[in-house]
Amino acid sequence: MTEKTIFELSRPGRIGIRYPEPDVPLADLPEKFLRKDLPLVEMSENEVVRHFTKISQLNHAVDTGFYPLGSCTMKYNPKINEETARLPGFSQIHPLQPVETVQGALGLMYETQQWLAEISGFDAVTLQPAAGAQGELTGVFIIRAYHNSRGDSKRIKMLVPDSAHGTNPASSAMSGMTIIEIPSDKNGNIDTERVKAECDDTLAGLMITNPNTLGLFDENIVEACQLVHNSGGLVYGDGANMNALLGIYRPAEVGIDVMHFNLHKTFSTPHGGGGPGSGPVGVTKELAEFLPDPVVAMISEGDEETPAFYDLVTPEKTIGRVKSFHGHFGVVVKAFTYLISLGKNGLLDASTSAVLNANYIQALIKDVYHIPYERLCMHEFVTEAQWDDAPGIRALDISKRLIDFGFHPPTNYFPLIVHEALMIEPTETEAKETLDAFADALLQIADEAKNDPEILHNAPTNAPFGRLDEVKAAKELILKTQLPENYGKELS
Amino acid sequence: MKTPADLKYTKNDEWVRIEGDEAVIGITDYAQDQLSDIVFVEIVAFEGDSLNQGETCAVVESVKAASDIYMPISGEITAINEALADSPELINEDPFGDAWLLRIKMSKSSELEDLLDAEAYKNLERDH
Repeated sequence: MTEKTIFELSRPGRIGIRYPEPDVPLADLPEKFLRKDLPLVEMSENEVVRHFTKISQLNHAVDTGFYPLGSCTMKYNPKINEETARLPGFSQIHPLQPVETVQGALGLMYETQQWLAEISGFDAVTLQPAAGAQGELTGVFIIRAYHNSRGDSKRIKMLVPDSAHGTNPASSAMSGMTIIEIPSDKNGNIDTERVKAECDDTLAGLMITNPNTLGLFDENIVEACQLVHNSGGLVYGDGANMNALLGIYRPAEVGIDVMHFNLHKTFSTPHGGGGPGSGPVGVTKELAEFLPDPVVAMISEGDEETPAFYDLVTPEKTIGRVKSFHGHFGVVVKAFTYLISLGKNGLLDASTSAVLNANYIQALIKDVYHIPYERLCMHEFVTEAQWDDAPGIRALDISKRLIDFGFHPPTNYFPLIVHEALMIEPTETEAKETLDAFADALLQIADEAKNDPEILHNAPTNAPFGRLDEVKAAKELILKTQLPENYGKELS
Repeated sequence: MKTPADLKYTKNDEWVRIEGDEAVIGITDYAQDQLSDIVFVEIVAFEGDSLNQGETCAVVESVKAASDIYMPISGEITAINEALADSPELINEDPFGDAWLLRIKMSKSSELEDLLDAEAYKNLERDH
């Protein structure tokens, strides 16, 4: 099923709403403001509703099917989050209102800061960054501000493991750092000998993702943090994979100094086309004075008669604002709803189930799909999707074939240190039946790859569109709608 | 996988053809196969620039990934393959022929010792 664009469906003169005759005198707009070339769509309400309902059904979404897109934590987003975010006390306020009139919103932000601090072991949290990568940038700015405040401005070297998220080197480079890539050892952990070799008085820090992008808990994390600290550097933790570790491990306790959270991954707010992200950053006590301006503080605790009072305060040596107003507040409301819905024990259950589900799928397929670092995985794992007896089959072919089974493909070709990588993250919100069906599909596809590879090369055949020409899409960038030639001209 | 015997190679999958005191640089058949369909090539230096061994001289982007290409040896760039801007697929079609990236005037001939011959390149330990 395909659907025409809304511009092709438009018919001149067609309307959805008939306005009543005006009961005030008409006033013509000045001629210079009138545009003759404004091609607004003309349709009935019925046609508009059908159009958008149809194209919404062409999407794959967490609400329609399994979405094991590694590194993205596409867990189910409880609908109660949407209800709370729409409460008028949160949705009908303005960030410039006097703080006395928005105490509920500020209280929610303060509580969220406290929850994140408790989960991670950090002392202070900002909710401002708009998403994970901006959280990284904020964190690296804080590291730089810390060194500069001590007159130690020669520290410009940032170590980034080859199993880190791709945004880590980018965030460091944008902050003016020099990037040194650190390889993984044979077990998929950071190579501490290589860290040691870079430890000198120009070291700003280390950016480490744990669990790393291989889905493995980095067993060298304590030693790596100690090496960096001993030479005067700081450690940035990429918290994008926190879904594996809630209630199990507190990053601040192993030596991480600053870390971002992805509310949109770990704490169940829609993302990937479904809503903006949110990337709060937690820091140790030593770094709290550098946080972006402002943070929410509890000014007085209150008692039985008087409620607590919250205000916006400026950290003493703040790096400044990183986002207008207070970040993505609506996302924070949704994440807070999730935190208090699950509570301490629920969060621990979520992480342990996420890890169990990933290991379950890994165990079901590992005899057929090569696992380059075969260990117990965390919330996700990476397999090498190629076989000597299936020449010409690549990870991409397997992913395209999975679409025919109604599954969203896993992440392809990441991390780069695994050939033909397929990165699979089931999350905790999937039933055993779904995990079984997915593993069965992968096993069937492996069989087809060896015995009937054309099925894979031609896939998907069971989707609104067949195999797309990705080379053409990447080379011939047509990034805006091209209106039909006779659009809007029938009547003129 | 082709590995012409008259070329020199690096562990990072660049090839070098020595022509007197000049050298022509490209990426290997193995590299293009790993990258799959190449959609974009950017030479990140200009004619007349001098780059050191190991410095980034180009970025090659495929449908899978974007990869930096490093100078196998130091030298001054004397020519850039302009055709790759419009036809990056040349690298997939003929990595050792029309799809060269740069021509340089070598500045440190001792660095040639760092390069691998075809046999050594073929025998590199790969991850799989």
